[in-house]
Amino acid sequence: MVHTVDRPAGGRIAGGNPHPYIPATDADRAAMLAAIGVSSFEDLVQDIPEHLRFPELTIAESAPELSLSAELAAMAARNVTPGDYACFLGAGAYRHFIPSTVGAILQRGEFVTAYTPYQPEAAQGTLQTGFEFQSAICQLFDMEVANAGMYDGPTAFAEAALMACRLTRRNKVAILETADDRLTAVLRAYSAHQQIEIISIPADGANTPDDIACVAFQSPNLFGVIEDVASLTEKAHAAGALSIAHVNPTAHGLFQPPGKYGVDIVTAEGQPLGVPLSFGGAYVGLFACRQEHIRQLPGRIIGRTTDTQGRTGYVLTLQTREQHIRRERATSNICTSTQLIGLMVAVYVATLGKQGMRDVANLCYQKAHYAASEIAKVPGYSLPVVGAFFHEFAVTCPRSVAETNAALLKRKIIGGYDISDRIPDTMLICVTEMNSRGEIDTLISALREIGGAQ
Amino acid sequence: MNPEDLKYSKEHEWARVDGKTVTIGITQFAAEQLGDVVYVDLPAAGASIAQFAKFGEIESVKTVSDLFTPVGGKIVEVNGAIKDNPEKVNEDTYGEGWLLKIEITDAAQLDGLMDAAGYESHTAG
Amino acid sequence: MTTPMREMDRRLLMDRSVPGRRAVALPESDVPAQPMPDATLLRDDLPLPEIAQLEVIRYFSLLSQLNFSIDTNFYPLGSCTMKYNPKLNDAIASLPGFANIHPNQPAEQVQGAVQLMYELQEALGDLTGLPGVSLAPLAGAQGEYAGLLIARAYHARRNDSARTVAIVPDSAHGTNPASAAMAGLEVVTVPSDASGNVDVDALRSLTDERTAVFMLTMPSTLGLFEPSILEITQIVHSAGGLVYADGANLNALLGMVRLGDLGVDICHSNLHKTFSTPHGGGGPGSGPVMVTEELASFLPEPVAAKSGDTYTLDTPEHSVGKINGFHGSFSILARAYTYIRAMGRDGLKAVAENAILNANYIQAQLKDRFDLAADRYCMHETVLSATRQRKRGVKGLDIAKRLLDHGIHAPTMYFPLIVDEALMVEPTETESKETLDRFIEVMRQIDDEVTSDPETVRTAPHTLPVTRLDEAAAARKPYLRWQE
Repeated sequence: MVHTVDRPAGGRIAGGNPHPYIPATDADRAAMLAAIGVSSFEDLVQDIPEHLRFPELTIAESAPELSLSAELAAMAARNVTPGDYACFLGAGAYRHFIPSTVGAILQRGEFVTAYTPYQPEAAQGTLQTGFEFQSAICQLFDMEVANAGMYDGPTAFAEAALMACRLTRRNKVAILETADDRLTAVLRAYSAHQQIEIISIPADGANTPDDIACVAFQSPNLFGVIEDVASLTEKAHAAGALSIAHVNPTAHGLFQPPGKYGVDIVTAEGQPLGVPLSFGGAYVGLFACRQEHIRQLPGRIIGRTTDTQGRTGYVLTLQTREQHIRRERATSNICTSTQLIGLMVAVYVATLGKQGMRDVANLCYQKAHYAASEIAKVPGYSLPVVGAFFHEFAVTCPRSVAETNAALLKRKIIGGYDISDRIPDTMLICVTEMNSRGEIDTLISALREIGGAQ
Repeated sequence: MNPEDLKYSKEHEWARVDGKTVTIGITQFAAEQLGDVVYVDLPAAGASIAQFAKFGEIESVKTVSDLFTPVGGKIVEVNGAIKDNPEKVNEDTYGEGWLLKIEITDAAQLDGLMDAAGYESHTAG
Repeated sequence: MTTPMREMDRRLLMDRSVPGRRAVALPESDVPAQPMPDATLLRDDLPLPEIAQLEVIRYFSLLSQLNFSIDTNFYPLGSCTMKYNPKLNDAIASLPGFANIHPNQPAEQVQGAVQLMYELQEALGDLTGLPGVSLAPLAGAQGEYAGLLIARAYHARRNDSARTVAIVPDSAHGTNPASAAMAGLEVVTVPSDASGNVDVDALRSLTDERTAVFMLTMPSTLGLFEPSILEITQIVHSAGGLVYADGANLNALLGMVRLGDLGVDICHSNLHKTFSTPHGGGGPGSGPVMVTEELASFLPEPVAAKSGDTYTLDTPEHSVGKINGFHGSFSILARAYTYIRAMGRDGLKAVAENAILNANYIQAQLKDRFDLAADRYCMHETVLSATRQRKRGVKGLDIAKRLLDHGIHAPTMYFPLIVDEALMVEPTETESKETLDRFIEVMRQIDDEVTSDPETVRTAPHTLPVTRLDEAAAARKPYLRWQE
């Protein structure tokens, strides 16, 4: 089929108007074609098989900004939105206060619209803020080295397990049974063709086999409980394996950092540190390890150096680990550092600072513990899991979680995360500084009503 | 520029023979091709290695290359100073930039290597 | 880039910290005080900065001014598609109904979000001719890995598991072999011929019953459309293999041709390239994977579906599984969807047309001064080679650095690897002819300078916040975080 009809001149959209994102005019195009020495645009694309050239598309015609923004605002408004609703949902993503500084810096096009800093002289802003990010993560976790960021928490966790296999030259990964199954699922997808065996070990780490590459655990775990990081790390080391802790960064404003217990690799979802929930992404994975393991670290790393005049500057470094150089022998195929989300984290940590990070952690702790103790008093509800926790805890309900959450939603409350596959009729409730006492009290009376109505 | 008293391999390693002990490193040509060397990954002393086998990796800022030994035998010494000062490979390629000392199993292996003139015509190609 | 009035104070936050300062205050707790856990669980020291709010803002604002960016500079970085990132995209992604929704909310609570995902899938399927779409991959490399997992799962399901070879052109991006290795595939390289095309005879001899997939970059990393594409896909299919197109950059193909029509089985596309979402200084990305109908049941979860007026997030029957925490980079998906709707079908065709025209214009205006990797019409980017300048003692790298002094970002250097002194230039459709003319003039001026004053080129840049940085020192003695 030869294309004949009505293809609009480039740069024009329906109605004959030039598109605001394409500046070329008809005169510009004519001049460029003449300079190239062709009479029509089609001369430039003769390599495309003629019968397949210029397919008809079914996508709608161009929508102007005025009507499009109204249409998409209406689409967004169809969602049940935390903020309009009280939200007690966590389990991997958390609703926190984001100070105005984060949004303000994220308006800087110089950060937003830059590429990966391959020309360091023209990217010192990206590089120095990335170095701040690495520093903040090391300080928060008390670790020696952090990379510039991974895709998200679960992929960071999977990469950590693969790194442990490379370092120990073993191929068995032990994951504590209290970890979220979604972490294991992502590792399974990452390791599907690498002859890696994934085993689940009991919560106390007992009978840990001695041929494992790592003991990997989540702390706080799927049930909100803080694991015995010291003991698990000891068990890993006794087996000649590495200890991998997947943590919640907010918790470490209050709780001991994993580095204190000798953990070898720390991963975390970075979203709680100033990143909007955005239905699950874009987030940033945090990844920290020991200096001695740095050559097996996946992802981008920013390092400090000097210029020819002796001034301090920053560059991407240790690049020989990466895919663009080592190709099929790279430590990972990752090419991003999710830099912009890392910038949000860097501005968030800078803004909260020492006191703010403590305050947020403390508010989460106080409110979650208040909520837990009050819910435990409601007839029919119980807290099935024992142990120190931070801002999440498991609640067993008198009715199914689906029913309970449906009833809560009618009261403009988004209930907890369903973990009934682990403990029957049980949800994981998360309380952060965003939940006022009023919201918590409303939740408790709602649970009382719902439980009593059976 | 390549010392006359050394032997050379096609993979751009040099060998200095001293009785049964052979000191090896990479050639000036290889060092220049790599650029600034930033890291050298070397095996532990004590291991045995076959002639022309891979024994490590050498990295510059933006390249990584495998290292192949020009002679086989037992690794009797590894240049530990290279770990902290990899730039020695560029600065003193045939001296402090050495990488391994190998106790050669069979001196006949040396016959398979080039002399300086042979290596120069190899790299000129 | 704004040149700072004087050199910026580059001290790190921790070096600016003064005990007692803060940039934000949190409210007091409004619940009764709760018992604290065992003191051994609590940290004593928290070494984080203490800085007042103005200094936080000023520090990051000044740092931003040290960057080149699309908003401030022409950025013809080949293979990266540095086009304008429309501000409407950001505004839509920031709407509370999109920015504040929780990924663990079930689909029935977030119908607007799932509808957006569904419609984006439909649009990407339409543009590529590959109707099975998963938006889950968080970047191009993840989309590529997902695509290879799909290929492996497809062969395994047909009890054809001996297919363990990925054939990759020598011009490919490094992620291709890295992803293939992750997927347990052995990488076999097929050479390019003199004009930058896949050597079809070599490909034919390499394909056999072990071929799992042929990974082809479309257009090639030389910026060329593969003229033998139909023959290539036929060769691979008749050997029982699948064709994977690294469509990371679809900018030249929008409305020009659909990968599915060419015989491609699987592709991914980087929304942060073709679909105008910001690069963010190195992510976040998004790399949806598109497949034929036959392969749709293998897609990674989730896939948005529509039934009546209801949208759901589903796990396909033979899914390769879960490749990340939630549903993909939703905030990026919202931007890409906004862009596609803003361009519309004719606007998207105009994108490709103008991107191709702009690249060919630059090529035509510079080919008397710079060698071309392939002397034929290019697609959305042209690969120049600085071999003539190299003979005069100046490298491609030096030319790239000298461009920075003119406020123009460097092209992609030394890629693809098969071209000596490569300078890969991708102007995109969003740049005006005036900007292209200025770039052409600056390139010619630098070429003159290579003869008249090579030292100035060799030591460039001269006008940036720093001169060339010692990357060797950074790698030899890694210094990777703030230290006292």
